[in-house]
Amino acid sequence: MRALLRSLALAALMALSTVVLAQAIDPLPFKDHAEEVRFQKLTRELRCLVCQNENLADSNADLARDLRREVFQLMQSGKSDAEIKQYLVDRYSDFVLYDPPVQGSTLLLWFGPLAILLAGAAVVVTTIRKRNRNDAGPAANDEGDDW
Amino acid sequence: MSRLVPFFGFLLLVALFGFGIWWNTQHDQREVPSPLINKAAPAYVLPRLDDPTQTVSRDSMLGKPYLINVFASWCIACGEEHPVLMTEGQRIGVPIVGYNYKDEPGDAKAWLDRHGNPYAMVIADHEGRTAIDFGVYGAPESFLVDAKGVIRYKRIGPLTPDVIEKELKPAIAALQKEAP
Repeated sequence: MRALLRSLALAALMALSTVVLAQAIDPLPFKDHAEEVRFQKLTRELRCLVCQNENLADSNADLARDLRREVFQLMQSGKSDAEIKQYLVDRYSDFVLYDPPVQGSTLLLWFGPLAILLAGAAVVVTTIRKRNRNDAGPAANDEGDDW
Repeated sequence: MSRLVPFFGFLLLVALFGFGIWWNTQHDQREVPSPLINKAAPAYVLPRLDDPTQTVSRDSMLGKPYLINVFASWCIACGEEHPVLMTEGQRIGVPIVGYNYKDEPGDAKAWLDRHGNPYAMVIADHEGRTAIDFGVYGAPESFLVDAKGVIRYKRIGPLTPDVIEKELKPAIAALQKEAP
């Protein structure tokens, strides 16, 4: 029981310290928790331009810090999430969005995997149909050849 | 025939992966297309590096095309680009405006003193705030702005003799054809 308590306390301490750490990177004056959650969610959906496999929330790059401040200020001025994203897209193109919009140039990206899946399913279905038809016929030669 | 379908499927995948590898060698994956091409340059007002009491703005630069070259003393690729600007800069036909990005003025001046100054003038963006409007995400970057203040061409990464010959000069020639 004591061991459990101790590990719980440790876990709580670690959780707390990561919060403190996250604050230490960027001490932004959020007015409440909801605002901070919104900020975190928004910056997680935006890509850092410098280190392109990281989002704005996690990146330590100088520009990412500037852009986080920019996002924060836009939030303060009452802009909606969509407006903030558009503001960044106007400057850095769709590339800043982790979810690219559905448009001509991204159709393959959005629906390509589905198309490949459907093509595969079509091949499987026609193969099974053909096999069934052969089975139904009187000369089922292929069947059991090797046995 | 139908038993060849998996084989053709395999060939298709090989072709796809082959294309992927080829494509990655053909273009710079870091390059982000600028949505600002053929749009008005963002309105900026920035102090001159040599005399911060004077400011330069988009509107004060209207009337003739110029090249904005984003550089910083801390930027390694800028050091590679610099000799190219020193030798080719005079020959491209438009003045080059140095855009000193997130730099200490003292460092920037010392850097220009040491390596030479290819710029018609240098403007300083210490905070990097205006650079966000330009969609700058690193240095060096270069923007060709026409006489009406519209961005016509952008180069991400250093200007090389090859890029100047094949991309920048044709873009400048196109501007001069427009404005007699």
